Amino acid sequence: MADRSFSASRLPGFSTIATIVFVVLYAPIVTLVIYSFNEGKTVSAWEGFSLRWYQQAWSNDIVQEAALRSLTIATCAMLIATTVATMAALGTTRTGPFRGKSLISAMINQPLMVPDIVTAISLLIFVAAIKVATGYQGLLYLILAHSAFCIPFAYLPIKARLESMDLSLENAAADLYASPWQAFRRVTLPLLAPAIMAGGMLAFVISLDDVVITTFVKSGGQDTLPTYMLGQLRRGTEPDVNAISTVLLALTVVLLSLFFLLTRKRN
Amino acid sequence: MTQSTEQAGSIARKNWLLSAPALVVLTLAAAGPLMIMVVYSFLTPGEYGNVTWQFSLNGWRGILLTEDIFEPGTYALADAHLTILLRSLKLSLMTTLITALVGFPTAWFIATKPVKTRILWLFLITIPFWTNLLIRTFAINEVIRNDGILNSLLIWAGAISAPIQILYTDTAVFIGMTYVYLPFMVLPIFAAIDRFDMRLLEAGYDLYASRGQVLRRVILPIVKPGIIAGSILVFIPSIGAYVIPRILGGGKNLMVGNLIDLQFGQGRNWPLGAALGMTLLIIVMIALVFYTRLTNRGAARG
Amino acid sequence: MKKLLLATAIGFMGSLAAHAEGELQLYNWGDYTSPELLAKFEAETGIKVTVTDYSSNDEALAKIEAGGHGFDLVVPSNSFIPIFAEKGLIQPLDLSKLPNHANIEPRWMDVVWDAGRKNSVPWLWGSTGVGVNTAVYKGDINTSSIFLDPPAELVGKVNVTPEMMDAIGMATLYVGGEVCTEDTEVLKKVRDLLTAAKPKWMSMDYGMEDKMATNDVSASMYWNGAIMRARLVNPDVKFGYPKEGYLLFMDSVTLLSEAKNVEEAYKFMDFIMLPENAAMLSAFARYGNGITGSEAFMPDDMKTAPEVAIPEEFLALGQFIPTCSPKAAEYNTAIWTELMK
Repeated sequence: MADRSFSASRLPGFSTIATIVFVVLYAPIVTLVIYSFNEGKTVSAWEGFSLRWYQQAWSNDIVQEAALRSLTIATCAMLIATTVATMAALGTTRTGPFRGKSLISAMINQPLMVPDIVTAISLLIFVAAIKVATGYQGLLYLILAHSAFCIPFAYLPIKARLESMDLSLENAAADLYASPWQAFRRVTLPLLAPAIMAGGMLAFVISLDDVVITTFVKSGGQDTLPTYMLGQLRRGTEPDVNAISTVLLALTVVLLSLFFLLTRKRN
Repeated sequence: MTQSTEQAGSIARKNWLLSAPALVVLTLAAAGPLMIMVVYSFLTPGEYGNVTWQFSLNGWRGILLTEDIFEPGTYALADAHLTILLRSLKLSLMTTLITALVGFPTAWFIATKPVKTRILWLFLITIPFWTNLLIRTFAINEVIRNDGILNSLLIWAGAISAPIQILYTDTAVFIGMTYVYLPFMVLPIFAAIDRFDMRLLEAGYDLYASRGQVLRRVILPIVKPGIIAGSILVFIPSIGAYVIPRILGGGKNLMVGNLIDLQFGQGRNWPLGAALGMTLLIIVMIALVFYTRLTNRGAARG
Repeated sequence: MKKLLLATAIGFMGSLAAHAEGELQLYNWGDYTSPELLAKFEAETGIKVTVTDYSSNDEALAKIEAGGHGFDLVVPSNSFIPIFAEKGLIQPLDLSKLPNHANIEPRWMDVVWDAGRKNSVPWLWGSTGVGVNTAVYKGDINTSSIFLDPPAELVGKVNVTPEMMDAIGMATLYVGGEVCTEDTEVLKKVRDLLTAAKPKWMSMDYGMEDKMATNDVSASMYWNGAIMRARLVNPDVKFGYPKEGYLLFMDSVTLLSEAKNVEEAYKFMDFIMLPENAAMLSAFARYGNGITGSEAFMPDDMKTAPEVAIPEEFLALGQFIPTCSPKAAEYNTAIWTELMK
């Protein structure tokens, strides 16, 4: 793997395009981070360095709770979606045709095909009926809804990886190790890990980003950061939301760095 | 019963068991509720929204034909719905195309970095997408608005004398969707390239003379599954986009997601909204069939 | 990492508990609830109020009607209160639990949408008119032609709020009709007027407090309080009362039938009917309230603000949107969906 030929893989113009992509991707975010330290309220003018928006966000219970709730839902949805998606990918890939295989595939990909707004409205009606019947109005509905629409995002990379994996390695492993479980754990799983990681990341991002479905499914007092902000649209966001995003971003970078470092050490 | 059918049965059972947890979650929170939507598209609208339980085909007819407000019984082609559907189709196809054109080089750039730095680049491409979608949409809003960074820069450079109105146009929606959905293109393409043995490239250069040929004969078949997967992941949220057109489109130029939402809010026509949702679903399915055929043909040609 | 996990775990358990003691779920328009008032209420009663936003009456109605929403109080506009009541979504108030009910100004007591205030207590009221940046347009601003037939300076710079009844109501008054009319001749004129005007609009959006202050939008059909807030930032912004007629609204607090925190809800409703507290609501959102004696506690800049104290000459031109008949509502909806395309 390490002895890749770089001259062979270099394509003219690609680096330039990639560089531009990175600049364009980062410019708005960097602006956001910089202006979260702006004394003034608008993004149009720099009025000096200040931490006032951080202080304001810190003292704003609503923003804090919403951010925490977003993280909670995204974490739970990521764990559930990635777990069930990995299992489903193992059950539907590299196996001969069996009764109902295409049905399973269709079911798993279904959230991808249905526009958010349709899922949101149907969930509103469906979940409302359950809420009325059971009296439970907690966060589990949101976690379940998020898990469902995250499944295909976790499933796709894992399935792609499984399909391209070299069967001979596993066959060899099956000969070496006694049980299929051991072969799975020692060979398949490590090979699959990057894809599971990618799937989990996608699931987390998708959950954290969702506005539409959450808006329709949430009960009173269950605002996530996105739905809270969408509500603020009537006025335009306060810079304290920038501050919160910056904190979230910093936290994510730290966690991701740790994660990358850990996985690299193992390799 | 022969042994092989027994074996096949046990494999099927194992596969179903492995898939079961995912299926339970999906039935509860995706497929099941969707059935309600199908039912609702065949009902009669209630007075202030909601439905009355009476069978009607008006929801479906409403997609293509609108009843004249003032002369009940007279129908005309619902050109407005078609305009919105076409706009959504156009914008999402453009978004898919541009993200693919830009995403492929970016993914390639990352995947061909040495192992040590590759993870850093992958990390870098992921970071922006950990930032919330609304925040990013607002950030784009700040960039393209009349007093925004882009217009100020262009005026400062002398390229224009007065700000260009980008915000609240289709272009704004297109820019926003491209910015937001790019990762869904880059990550699958990266995954496709990453599992490719680069030594094959050298073999490719031995076989074919030019870069162009290598690109076409060796590289494109490799990234194609990634591009197809990425296109699915970009096209579908784009065509059903709701938040981005709402913020950057200024609420005036609707996309089909907003049109559906309108029926469930001020439009007070839930069956029409449900039927429109189903229509969107059908468009997406047609696109998927198209994609699948593309993949299969590519594989056959090898 | 551990701390984050811990925090997440605590947050998770906290949010799983759907119903805690001493809390209240308020479902209200976005950016409409004074945080200071909520802090004061919590300090006095120990009840924590959680606010969830909505942006249109129809959005609130759809969510409430679906059930299982978990809210205790909702704040619909006048014309929606009879709809909520008729559908059984809100419950009649037990006036014995609202000693401050007597503070309601007489003119807000026997209102057409809730005679005797048995279902709702006043939150805030205001006018739907036009906000104009007078640095951009120097002509007469007291007319709906600002958005229905925009002058050259404002073409492509006007916003119209996507609140159906406001836009259609204003257009109906402009063509000389009555709001909620069933007269198809008038309605045709309304449709043609709006359809012809739409290409001259820039957007159909909310958030004009900011966008008008920064001149991203130069004129808008909008609400007085929000325009006043824009004016406090940018003095060029002025609020016009259309001479063709304009609309008034009052949003009122109602107790939902599914409410779980009923005692807390009564405490809150009673709380906001104290003059000093009602004044806090006004001071935040910059709209008038309906409570006797609150003037004494109002910020000085509101007492004389032309957006709030309607000038004498325009007083008679404002009217409340009635609750339309189903037939009229159907017409309005049809015009609106045709326009939104």
